Amino acid sequence: MEPITSHTGKAIVMPNNNIDTDQIIPKQFLKNILKTGYAPHLFFDWRYDQSGKPKPDFALNKPENQGATILISGENFGCGSSREHAVWSLTDWGFKVVIAGSFSDIFYMNSTKNGLLAISLPAADRKILNTATSTDQITVNLVDQYVEFKGQRFHFDIDPMWKNKFINGLDDIDITMKYEDQIEAYEAAMPTFD
Amino acid sequence: MSKTMFEKIWDRHVITGQPGEPQLIYVDLHLVHEVTSPQAFQGLRMNHRKVRRPDRTFATMDHNVPTKDIFNVKDLISKKQIETLRQNAKDFGIRLAGMGEADQGIIHVIGPQLGLTQPGQTIVCGDSHTSTHGAFGSIAFGIGTSEVEHVFATQTIWQVEPKQMGIHVHGKLPDGVYAKDIIMAIIAKYGVKFGVGHAVEFYGDTIDAMSMEERMTLCNMVIEGGAKMGVVHPDQITFDYVAGRKYAPKDMAAAEDYWSQFQTDDPAAFDEVIDFDVSDLAPFITWGTNPGMAVPYDQAFPEPQDQNDAHAYEYVGIKPGMKPTEIPITWAFFGSCTNGRLSDLRIAASYLKNKHIAPGVHALVVPGSMAIREAAEKEGIAQIFRDAGCDWRMPGCSACLGMNPDKIPAGAHCASTSNRNFEGRQGAGSRTHLASPAMVAAAALNGHFVDIRKEASVWSR
Repeated sequence: MEPITSHTGKAIVMPNNNIDTDQIIPKQFLKNILKTGYAPHLFFDWRYDQSGKPKPDFALNKPENQGATILISGENFGCGSSREHAVWSLTDWGFKVVIAGSFSDIFYMNSTKNGLLAISLPAADRKILNTATSTDQITVNLVDQYVEFKGQRFHFDIDPMWKNKFINGLDDIDITMKYEDQIEAYEAAMPTFD
Repeated sequence: MSKTMFEKIWDRHVITGQPGEPQLIYVDLHLVHEVTSPQAFQGLRMNHRKVRRPDRTFATMDHNVPTKDIFNVKDLISKKQIETLRQNAKDFGIRLAGMGEADQGIIHVIGPQLGLTQPGQTIVCGDSHTSTHGAFGSIAFGIGTSEVEHVFATQTIWQVEPKQMGIHVHGKLPDGVYAKDIIMAIIAKYGVKFGVGHAVEFYGDTIDAMSMEERMTLCNMVIEGGAKMGVVHPDQITFDYVAGRKYAPKDMAAAEDYWSQFQTDDPAAFDEVIDFDVSDLAPFITWGTNPGMAVPYDQAFPEPQDQNDAHAYEYVGIKPGMKPTEIPITWAFFGSCTNGRLSDLRIAASYLKNKHIAPGVHALVVPGSMAIREAAEKEGIAQIFRDAGCDWRMPGCSACLGMNPDKIPAGAHCASTSNRNFEGRQGAGSRTHLASPAMVAAAALNGHFVDIRKEASVWSR
């Protein structure tokens, strides 16, 4: 995982609530056995018409939004299925940060494994961020835990352990293997009924 | 201090870490399917790692399965994903219920059926409906692919302990109203994110009277309310269900003795309690594009409250003020990890017996596992479905998610026993109306939803 301490970029605003993982990446694209190559399928059903042509009014298709790295959305982002492909398709498209009212638990955990910063902010803060246009820049400072937009700062919370993982780009399995002895001791003490 | 059942199981599984922070939790059972595992196995290979406990890992194929002709996977990418799991299971020494084998089925159906799912366990799977297994009094939740890889390598997972919510479900269910209606009603009332960050325990006399299969339906769909998991305390009904199954404990007396400790001391131990009386509950039907957009049978579809509702009406092609009877049903789907078990098929079949589905209606019946399919054949249920004009299939996830050839056509309204009515979930442009197996059976017979309570005495719960 690539370390991230701070990020500045332009944002795409999709303020709907309950954007589910079926919308982020429909099931027909879950058959791949790789972690990459999902960008063309991100928000597929909203992004393309029946004939497969990009819908010009959909945010991801607008020329001025190309290169955006921050997605701003509503409540309960990433609800539904556990597919990590949802996170992979967002990062593959180029998103580094998703700011939403809240996230589904599984989506949030998946984001922490892939260097996608999922930030919860209250509606009042997002109302201001929702005014961002393609010419605006938003900065996310992970070290000091704030989002900055037009001189205003919005504080966000993050668990210190996840923060440390993001900042140092740590691999979970390596962290866990430090507890190998404890895992073994646990296994030795487990009840059996045979 | 009083503790919830969940906390007692959790505390027994902590390897390291303090409450309120991410804690390292031991995983008793890791269930695996073909869609969310290939990248995890690849990660192991790249880092020269092994599966730490193959004996605590069990895999099957379900999402991609073509239920019409299970041995003929025509979609080459699906075939590759299925083959990849077969190879991975072999390379890493994992038990696999392969396609067409006696133990194969939907992962959340076969776990309990094989006795792999047991009380007091921690169970994970790269699938959100892992919450199903909580019905046994175990901590069971869905994880992402990176976490699948982590569990493969370490048999543990980092998690922050969720908050505790109790839902006190009480009263006698009216005839024609089922576990499915209870969970749909709860989500309709409290919304699709009421449970975010919570483990939800269902308790009360209604729950105590339920079979394991009903409890599984309840826990299965709690994820649609945003909850991380659902749990029901283990009791004699649980123990009797587990006993004698393929992977059940040999010393059941010792196991029951151990399992019996997992009970919530006092409802005061919950962070929050919801009281839910089911004695006047009506069957529920979804009208929109998330499971919270649902009404009881007697109610008209509500006025849109926001843009999301307006968009849902546009997508589903119905109008506020319409009643469930006015939805033109042309497809019916029986199956899924929510309602694809034998008792669900029995209920649907009891209604379809000696009858025929309405002209123009296509009905897919997809048992949750090979064992259920066999049992249904033996009981004569399969023949009832066939005689009624239904398409009787092989087991798999099928049209619950349309990742296989079973799809609902664009624009068609499908009465479905599954769990999600998201846009395009059952196929691009498909319109899903979630309901209980009995309601779906009635809708298939009539071409629209009807009030099954009037005829409910015909079949038993």
